[in-house]
Amino acid sequence: MTSPLVEVKDLAKTFDVSAPWLNRVVERKPRQFVHAVDGVSFAIQRGKTLALVGESGCGKSTVARLLVGLYSPTRGSVQLDGKDIHGTADQAQLKVMRRRMQMIFQDPYASLNPRWKVRDIVGEPLTEHGLVTDVDELRQRVAELLLSVGLAAADVEKFPHQFSGGQRQRISIARALATKPEFLVCDEPTSALDVSVQAQVLNIMKDLQRARGLTYLFISHNLAVVRHVSDQVGVMYLGRLVELADKGDLFSAPKHPYTRMLLDAIPDIHMSGRARTPVQGEVPNPLNPPSGCAFHPRCPHANARCSSERPAFKPFKGISVACHAVEEGRI
Amino acid sequence: MSGAALLEVRNLRVEFPSRRGTLLALDDISFSIAPGEVLGVVGESGAGKSLTGSAIIGLLDPPGRIAGGEILLAGQRIDNLPYEQMRAIRGRKIGAIFQDPLTSLNPLYTIGRQLIETIRTHLPLSEAQARARAIKLLQDTGIPAAEQRIEQYPHQFSGGMRQRVVIALALAAEPQLIVADEPTTALDVSIQAQIITLIRRLCKEHGTAVMLVTHDMGVIAETCDRVAVMYAGRIVEVGPVADVIHRPSHPYTVGLMGSIPAMDEDRERLLQIDGAMPRLNAIPTGCAFNPRCPQVFERCRNERPDLLDAGPTRAACWLVADGQRRAA
Repeated sequence: MTSPLVEVKDLAKTFDVSAPWLNRVVERKPRQFVHAVDGVSFAIQRGKTLALVGESGCGKSTVARLLVGLYSPTRGSVQLDGKDIHGTADQAQLKVMRRRMQMIFQDPYASLNPRWKVRDIVGEPLTEHGLVTDVDELRQRVAELLLSVGLAAADVEKFPHQFSGGQRQRISIARALATKPEFLVCDEPTSALDVSVQAQVLNIMKDLQRARGLTYLFISHNLAVVRHVSDQVGVMYLGRLVELADKGDLFSAPKHPYTRMLLDAIPDIHMSGRARTPVQGEVPNPLNPPSGCAFHPRCPHANARCSSERPAFKPFKGISVACHAVEEGRI
Repeated sequence: MSGAALLEVRNLRVEFPSRRGTLLALDDISFSIAPGEVLGVVGESGAGKSLTGSAIIGLLDPPGRIAGGEILLAGQRIDNLPYEQMRAIRGRKIGAIFQDPLTSLNPLYTIGRQLIETIRTHLPLSEAQARARAIKLLQDTGIPAAEQRIEQYPHQFSGGMRQRVVIALALAAEPQLIVADEPTTALDVSIQAQIITLIRRLCKEHGTAVMLVTHDMGVIAETCDRVAVMYAGRIVEVGPVADVIHRPSHPYTVGLMGSIPAMDEDRERLLQIDGAMPRLNAIPTGCAFNPRCPQVFERCRNERPDLLDAGPTRAACWLVADGQRRAA
């Protein structure tokens, strides 16, 4: 196998959420930290899609932001094509790496500047990276980008408010594609959209991946969407990966109890009569995560070992999983 | 339909007067809900689903107003009642559950106080009886340690727990009908399944009819008996949930169902409906869906179809009329 395009090793991000200094002194409160991402490792092969799924607050979006360099990691490394993106101090080299990876954000209403015309929004990365200096060439490149996502070249003169949600998300995609990146980080790109519009955007993303050989990190909480777009799926729970497997394995034979629970929770529109076990409980407070395996209070297979010892994330019959019960063969 | 319907909406029209002319947001909506039945209302943003719910509970935001048609609850007209009378019905006979559980609770009062106030407004109970009933309601909705939690404020509850409190509030006075507007949209999938199960169980136990507004077909499939599909302010198809999902007649419903990624089949591309829903000030003549419809023909551009019998469902589409003529 060739070397992966993106390789993440033991990535961690801790946020300081302590009360202000005076409150800590007067009320004798300790410093508090949230381990938003705690030791996540994965690799994405060129031209493939890795999806990260999990419930709100599990750290998926933090991983996305760490990958593109919007946050700097507390620990661990992110490598793009063998080069560490956080370890490099060389600004020129960093700029080249940034050009090779771009991000699509969740909310197409908040991620476009309302005072800029589409021409400026999509053209900014091109001028910023010095890829295009000539005005006519810029106009032509922007028009090509808009056409590639199914918008019209005449749309360059419009402002974001003149577009619907789906069209705005296409503008975001056009902007992300401007620098001809190899790697796109998509943080819930369709969760703010209606289903028919979501289908349009997902189809465009797949077409672009085929045409340009793009590599995606796709973040979503919608397992049906993940199943449609991804090659590999990582399931996150409270800042850690609990299962990482090929799409086929994960959906046909989920191993980790949390993955099973998530799959079970999806409303079944085809009413196949699949028995559903309603999940009990909710995601615990990340400020005060449970001891041992973070999932043990909700897990039907938990025993004494699960509540005291944190399971390691290790390979198991072709997939990776962090679960004592799976390892011991109890489930 | 039958005289036994609990809620009956006939030819409802809702208008928004604006400087550039009047916008017709709901156009000739008719449907009914039987006692104990769960009717799903599905459609994309801007189709008028939530507006239909607001019109029924009498909470249309001005300048929106009911411009025609009538709404009957248990045979009594409720669309033209004075504000105070409608207030007495709201909560007592019609309960409401909204999308965001944080904004539908008052952050300054304990949930106990909010529940007791609602109960005592509508039912002739003493403070102590109302409190006992509030605790019972919280237990019914699956809140652990209800006796202690009743003293807590909304911010001390998680999103899923808050939505349970909102459901308890909606059920407080044993209403005959609950209008639930996107009750699970703000919640995580695992919590969503718990809330759907809860709404279904409670309504079966209490015999409450539900109008469930959502854009999530999965939720509809799991919860509803019948479903109405809305597009640009009109109902385009209505029928039993299994028929609408598996044998849709209207091309819009077909497209909507095909655009949902399925869990049990592999498709390289999703079916997509090109274009977007028209704006209210630019509704096409004829069938509102005609510019996006893959099977459009001349009649669709000129004449507006009404709901026609299409096998087990009813669909507003000229293809249906065409099929019937050919069959005859």
